[in-house]
Amino acid sequence: MAGTAVQRRLTWTVATVTGDVRETPSVRTLQLDVPGWAGHRAGQHLDVRLTAEDGYSAERSYSIATAGGEPVAITVERLDDGEVSPFLTDDLQVGEEIEIRGPVGGYFVWEKSSGGPLLLIAGGSGIVPLRAILRERARSGSDAPVRVLYSARTLPDVIYRTELDGYAADGVEINYTLTRHQPPGWTGFTRRVDAALLGEIAWPADGNPLAFVCGPTSFVETASQALVALGYTPGRVKTERFGGIGGA
Amino acid sequence: MEPLDGNAVAGELAEVFGTEMTTFTAICGSCGQTGPLAEVSVYPAQMGIVIRCQSCTALLAVITRIRDISCVDLMGLAALEPA
Repeated sequence: MAGTAVQRRLTWTVATVTGDVRETPSVRTLQLDVPGWAGHRAGQHLDVRLTAEDGYSAERSYSIATAGGEPVAITVERLDDGEVSPFLTDDLQVGEEIEIRGPVGGYFVWEKSSGGPLLLIAGGSGIVPLRAILRERARSGSDAPVRVLYSARTLPDVIYRTELDGYAADGVEINYTLTRHQPPGWTGFTRRVDAALLGEIAWPADGNPLAFVCGPTSFVETASQALVALGYTPGRVKTERFGGIGGA
Repeated sequence: MEPLDGNAVAGELAEVFGTEMTTFTAICGSCGQTGPLAEVSVYPAQMGIVIRCQSCTALLAVITRIRDISCVDLMGLAALEPA
């Protein structure tokens, strides 16, 4: 290998928290300043590493919440038994630093050239990379028609609600399903995402739609299998199952 | 334990291989299932990361890390190629 130019390898770097947004009681967005950040694509993620004083370290992967060209931000949901997420949602202060590695991933990614029609299906905080895609669509001036199906337990658990509703004026159809509790007068869906619900809201398969499904593993399995059963091309049903490496 | 998928180890793989790997096409050496590495099953464990075929559950690869050195064994893959 002597004498050859080596492409800079992906490695850990220090990011500074420059701002935050409390999205819900258990969900927080962290805006990050990352020196030398080469830019990212909508749907990519980054890894966060926390190291204790005794040297023990834990890594987790989080979806980047912003479009390409926008400042880096991650949106983190607190898992009460987690090793990393409670620190990120509750303890880490603006101005403090964390170690990150990214951007990573190239599969669960959308760009204007990817086209549509787009079907975005989220379970819980699986909405995060899909929000990045919606932002990318808006920023890039794409006119790809979009349908979103977002499953949350209750209305207060819905992340980015104001922003999501704002896309409705721009050719984006937003459907919510609240599976545990609905406010009085709720007119959205109340069922878990399954084949029947997808049959109601999904684009017909003959338009060769492009689907992105992100959520807990069982949610993703159910939704992606249902879409293929509806005639979607398996290679056009992109999936991302979340959960932390090592537990939470 | 419910498995994650190949997206979850994108960073680990990028660090080891020096390039984005999850869009690479992986072929299972047991059943021949062919698809992007992003679609394999990933089982995180304290001792390392276990990667299995989403179709037949055969063991495809194991990543272990000791003192910041990653060891990747692609024992069950028939091929791993750029898409």
